[in-house]
Amino acid sequence: MLAPATPDNAPGPSGNPGGGPLLRARGITKSFLGNVVLQDADIDLVPGQVHGLVGENGAGKSTLMKVLAGVYQPDAGSIEIDGEPQHFGHPLQAQHAGVATVFQEFNLLPDRTIAQNIYLGREPRKGPLVDTGRMRRDTAELLTGLGVEGLDPDAPVRTLSVAEQQIVEIAKAISFSARIISMDEPTAALADHEVALLYSIIERLTARGVAILYVSHRLKEIFDLCDTITVLKDGQMVTSRPAGELDESTLVRLMVGRTISAFFPDKDPDTTPGEVALELSGAGNGYVDGVDLAVRGGEIVGLAGLQGSGRTELLEGIFGVRPFSRGEVRIAGRPATLRSPRGAVRAGLALVTEDRKATGLALNQSIATNALGVVRAVFPRRTSAARQALPGLLSSLEVIARSMDQEVQFLSGGNQQKIVLARWLGTNPQVVLLDEPTRGIDVGAKRGIYELMRALAAQGVAVLMVSSELPEVIGMSDRIVVMRDGRVAAELPAGASEVQVLEAATGAGSGEQSDDQNDDQGGESG
Amino acid sequence: MSTSTVSPPTQRRAPVVRRLDTTQLVYVALLAVIVVGTVLTAMSGRSFFSSGNIASVLTLTSTLGFVAIGQTLVILVGSLDLSVPYVISLASIVGGGVMNGEESMIVPGVLAALGVCAVVGLANGLVVTGLGVHGFIATLGMGLIISGYLASNYQGNYGSAPRSFQLVGITLFGPVPLSTLIMLGCAGVGVLMLNRTRLGHHIYAVGGGREVSRMSGVRTHTPVVAAHVLCSVLAGMAGLLLLSRTSVGSPTIGNQGGYDLMSIAAVVLGGTLLAGGRGSIVGTIGGVAIFAVIDNVMSVMEINSFLQDVVRGLVIVIAVAVYARRAIPRRATRFPDRATAVTIGDTP
Repeated sequence: MLAPATPDNAPGPSGNPGGGPLLRARGITKSFLGNVVLQDADIDLVPGQVHGLVGENGAGKSTLMKVLAGVYQPDAGSIEIDGEPQHFGHPLQAQHAGVATVFQEFNLLPDRTIAQNIYLGREPRKGPLVDTGRMRRDTAELLTGLGVEGLDPDAPVRTLSVAEQQIVEIAKAISFSARIISMDEPTAALADHEVALLYSIIERLTARGVAILYVSHRLKEIFDLCDTITVLKDGQMVTSRPAGELDESTLVRLMVGRTISAFFPDKDPDTTPGEVALELSGAGNGYVDGVDLAVRGGEIVGLAGLQGSGRTELLEGIFGVRPFSRGEVRIAGRPATLRSPRGAVRAGLALVTEDRKATGLALNQSIATNALGVVRAVFPRRTSAARQALPGLLSSLEVIARSMDQEVQFLSGGNQQKIVLARWLGTNPQVVLLDEPTRGIDVGAKRGIYELMRALAAQGVAVLMVSSELPEVIGMSDRIVVMRDGRVAAELPAGASEVQVLEAATGAGSGEQSDDQNDDQGGESG
Repeated sequence: MSTSTVSPPTQRRAPVVRRLDTTQLVYVALLAVIVVGTVLTAMSGRSFFSSGNIASVLTLTSTLGFVAIGQTLVILVGSLDLSVPYVISLASIVGGGVMNGEESMIVPGVLAALGVCAVVGLANGLVVTGLGVHGFIATLGMGLIISGYLASNYQGNYGSAPRSFQLVGITLFGPVPLSTLIMLGCAGVGVLMLNRTRLGHHIYAVGGGREVSRMSGVRTHTPVVAAHVLCSVLAGMAGLLLLSRTSVGSPTIGNQGGYDLMSIAAVVLGGTLLAGGRGSIVGTIGGVAIFAVIDNVMSVMEINSFLQDVVRGLVIVIAVAVYARRAIPRRATRFPDRATAVTIGDTP
């Protein structure tokens, strides 16, 4: 499909005679609200090499990347490029110093063309007019330089696939003559053939002497691409060594092993799994396929997987946000067709979404209005009963607020999340779907939410929880379902290790097992 | 390999509505309206394409055209201008007052009127950018201020346009009024500005994503202020045109035309996104023309004015509903199947 990279246009990075690092960061430390998320991290980026950055969620990878990109200013530490100390107060400064970052959420304007996006803010001019011809030619040249064909510089970005948009971001980075490009989970949303294209682009970039920082959860890619690997854990650097000295299982072991398991409340010994409350067979929509899954009343099932593996989309399928187009759903043993969230609520389901600010709460309305929102909308006759029960419910959730009339935007993240839960518990759901229920909340509030999950299970409610925090999945789940690329990759019993979950999620070590479903991967790992 | 080579599945062609871009669709709609209008006009025993009728349709386009071009710029950049009717009245008063019937004062009158409008637009733009007041409110406030000023200082008509300035409003080249040509000239300059200058590119960029633009090094205030200034100046030109036609400055001429909402309606009918970032002046001109044709046909048919409003309202709502259905899903699916790959008109 693509010719191998030709290093003919290598610019020859100036001021870097000894092959030493182009970028040298030392002792980078960053904390948010007294919470240290990155401590004393060092990293060297060498021209023409790919540096892999791995670690679990919350290990500090994104923070380090954002510090290098000028999005965050570090509390301590230094960054040097070509031996010159740098201070990035703004992303533009980092860009001018030659550091470009391709984030997961693209910084592109969907209604503008590829060329217009790449040259935004520095459109070439001829006299008073923008030289659109040159803009188009330069864009075409940039894309050809990346080995990409068939992208029209005049195509609006909204018509492009995710992979193509990523290419535009990379082309934009190169147009700034970036010598350092960091990429945050670049393959999270890509299909396999698109990953191959990304590989070839990275090859071309390194052939030109660009240094690449590659953040990914996918170990196969890390080993395919990287020359050096740095492992972060809980904001600390674990190791930084040549990729040749590591293998997948060692890497997984270095990444995991946080010791906070005592933190999770014990299961109520009286809780026994009851009847199957939710059952999927062969369920699929645009994002997940062939999902078989059963959750019993009184059971907490953890849904693990990498970002983009289809966990959220599975919950949205069940809840009728993105209805399934294939397969069957049974609720309490009876076939159910849920085409809308309203139908799901009526069937006894609840969904606590990932993003409480966007889809969980009406931020500028009161606690009471939010907490009664779902009941009022779907079961209006139960509203007054729910209103009477509300003070009790809120105090059992230990919500801290001045009054029920307070606007939820002024509450802490943890209290906001409790309001979201109150909003759903008021409907007496039999199946509770939780998407990242403890994201962005403090430790005390987390504990409260874990206890609530246990209490729900004890009442016979079926709980299905998506979480990116491995300790949380392992600490809370009676069973763990692991997703990969939109399909169920494994089902593990309680007490599975982080290594097992991570291996199933990344496909690491899948060479040993017979992998019936994913025979399409070009298994050339390690 | 099987021997029976099946012919590639006949691709179901998307309906016409989906294959055209929005601007093309606007002109298809305009054509349809003209065809229907021609038939209806003929049924009333008149000819739509008579030279007199063409001239009267085009005359209808010119005033609203000026205002709608300016409104397009402001909407594209993500703001809104509700002060245009009052700016129109202000321009007619200032122009009429300075000219006061004297041929020699035409140029100073035009410059004074447009200058005053530019100042109003500058104030609008600075309030929107500097104080962070949404354009809707900032220009509503500005409109009220101007309206109050005009009402308390000018009772009835004021000043007058000299003879040769009146010619601007009534001169025809064949069936084409001079005022329409001037309006189309402004549209042409506007199109060039949007497509070929940095200012134009940045108007689109800021309207499409202010943070993205800021992160790319665009000065995000400049396009907003510039769009407001240009919008007010164009409204001023509409005011001068009305001065030329009526020959006297009037403090209420702007609100009589309902130019605030009509200009916004024309812009949206022309396919520009009310949220900003996407659209074109060419589309807006199409939207203005659709309104002009509909108004013309309805007045030929002597439909009562309330029913005319009902028709206008229906046209706007139906048009925007059609555009909304063409929204493109933002995320590609991993397992596309016919049931879910169909475009859903939601904008997350």
